[in-house]
Amino acid sequence: MYFKTMRGYVKAVDDVSFQVNKGDALGLAGESGCGKTSTALTILRLLPWNGEIFGGSILFDGKDLLKLDKERLRKDIRWRRISVVFQGAMNALHPNKTIGNQIMEPVISHEGVNREEAKERAASLLDLVGIGASKADRYPHELSGGMRQRTMIAMSLACNPDLVIADEPSTALDVIIQAQVLKVMKELQEKLDLSIIMISHDLSMIAEMCNNVAIMYAGKIVEYGDIVSILRTPVHPYTEKLIAAFPSIIGDKKDLASIPGFPPDLLYPPPGCRFHPRCPYAMNVCKIKEPQISDTGGANHFVACHLVTGK
Amino acid sequence: MSRKIGRSTEDEITLEARNVQKYFPLKMGFFKTLMSKSVPVVHAVESVSFKIKEDEVFGLVGESGCGKTTTGRLLLRLIDPTDGKIFFKGIEVTSLSDREMRRMRRKMQIIFQDPYESLNPRMSVFDIVAEPVRIQKIAKKESEVHERVVRVLEELDLTPPEEYIYRFPHELSGGQRQRISIARAFILRPQFIVADEPLSMLDASIRSEVANLLIGMVKRLHVSFLYITHDIALARYICDRIAVMYLGNIVEKGPTDDIIRKPQHPYTEALLAAVPVPDPTARRTEIVIKGEVPSAVNPPSGCRFHTRCLYAWDRCKKEEPKLLPTEENRLVACHKYKYGHLK
Repeated sequence: MYFKTMRGYVKAVDDVSFQVNKGDALGLAGESGCGKTSTALTILRLLPWNGEIFGGSILFDGKDLLKLDKERLRKDIRWRRISVVFQGAMNALHPNKTIGNQIMEPVISHEGVNREEAKERAASLLDLVGIGASKADRYPHELSGGMRQRTMIAMSLACNPDLVIADEPSTALDVIIQAQVLKVMKELQEKLDLSIIMISHDLSMIAEMCNNVAIMYAGKIVEYGDIVSILRTPVHPYTEKLIAAFPSIIGDKKDLASIPGFPPDLLYPPPGCRFHPRCPYAMNVCKIKEPQISDTGGANHFVACHLVTGK
Repeated sequence: MSRKIGRSTEDEITLEARNVQKYFPLKMGFFKTLMSKSVPVVHAVESVSFKIKEDEVFGLVGESGCGKTTTGRLLLRLIDPTDGKIFFKGIEVTSLSDREMRRMRRKMQIIFQDPYESLNPRMSVFDIVAEPVRIQKIAKKESEVHERVVRVLEELDLTPPEEYIYRFPHELSGGQRQRISIARAFILRPQFIVADEPLSMLDASIRSEVANLLIGMVKRLHVSFLYITHDIALARYICDRIAVMYLGNIVEKGPTDDIIRKPQHPYTEALLAAVPVPDPTARRTEIVIKGEVPSAVNPPSGCRFHTRCLYAWDRCKKEEPKLLPTEENRLVACHKYKYGHLK
């Protein structure tokens, strides 16, 4: 699969490219407003009415999702091939329907199976995520946050998709519950050979879950590649700062770094490198010329920065 | 960022909580209330004691529903405790009248979690920050109010202050808003501040900036600081000492670094193991405890953690463990230490 994306008025996502192989987990990381969620919505063409895709292509199994007609996309791709776990998913459940019924819904509408079969599927899915089929008749308010989140995960798996997009899947949860949810996701990924795109502002969560990561800043990918390589030896100044800003409970205690200034207004993004107003190493060229994403020399590690790619 | 913790017990204690307890009556329907003999209660805070020294940052750490926020509010008497006593500089706060309490609040302030909800959207930044000064009638002239507001905004890097004072909360970013609520808490130069998850709503890069500012203020003004959080990794950078709470009780208390390096209570251990680490190659012990926090209406008997504890034995179900010292400066409420490990 290969994604190439759009150009907007508010330049929410601008010239973003990445690929996810089967069984891979890719993390999209960055501050709020950097275009992580917009990227995910673009993949499934779930953008709001004012969102426009100006160019690029989203290749899924060799097919360009942007050229597919809407009905086909809805019937063949969403749920069956690609599904989403939305941010704040615990509140995305219908309050007046039992969780069993909610899981059955996509199964019936997308696979055309009868109710009995769908019910069985729902039960086994609930078992799979560790809630237990016995709770299928419960309503969302009877469940805790962690269980609701797991219900959402079960639902996203209902039609055996190849790719699951998880948008901040466990941000609203307590650490212990968060660890439980991550564990479930990790196990399922291995068991079902899923591809995952995980969106999170929390680098540490991505570090636990993903093998590749794309760091986004102001609608662009600034650094992309193997997670170990990026977290160990970040090259882009933004990545470096972002990692230093994270508190950790292991290793020696360092002072928390902060990035002075604010992310730019994407209506009028700064010329050249979008990070240059906040970058401590900014040179003249950074203000004029936009850096292209290119190889750092290391295996599977790409960066968009003039410091690396020559003056 | 850590400061030396005084060794002698004669250190000036700013605030002390002694066996503070809070039960909330459970809301029930009218009919049920009539029929049942006793109203069930939520055991929000069972029995919590701690002392915060002058100049110290003390952290309360725990999952949601463990009673940490309730404890913070009890200390300022925003709610009244069911039982127990609270002392501020030797004065028993719990027995003060409302009027005396209002005067006391000059010295005790709070920073709330959500910068989007704790600022009045119809008030300008100036009015929000000046409000405590006006309520306490501290400034004689309006120019003095202005002076104070400008100074505190400058201290929090909201410069130039003129650019901010006429704005309204919706014109500010999350980080700026939270700095406004910090400014509001500091403007009276209090001696004690409760901060209830002041950083949890902020992005990582902004969060560390605000954290550094906050700690700078606390250090410079010699404030005793109670920091309430669920984020034990961040607490490490902010707090000198922490207390870990579970279901209304403190289970472990001690210097932050010691606890993080070597947790002694099984719950603290699990809590630390669950914290994600921004290093994919880090090998960690995997202890993911099962289940969720039980209901505080019918808390488990004996040790409240026994239903999820990996080491629990018979005694844990019957007898409640007391907070006992295991080493210098460390208190742990677990039978494991008193009776030895039975496994």
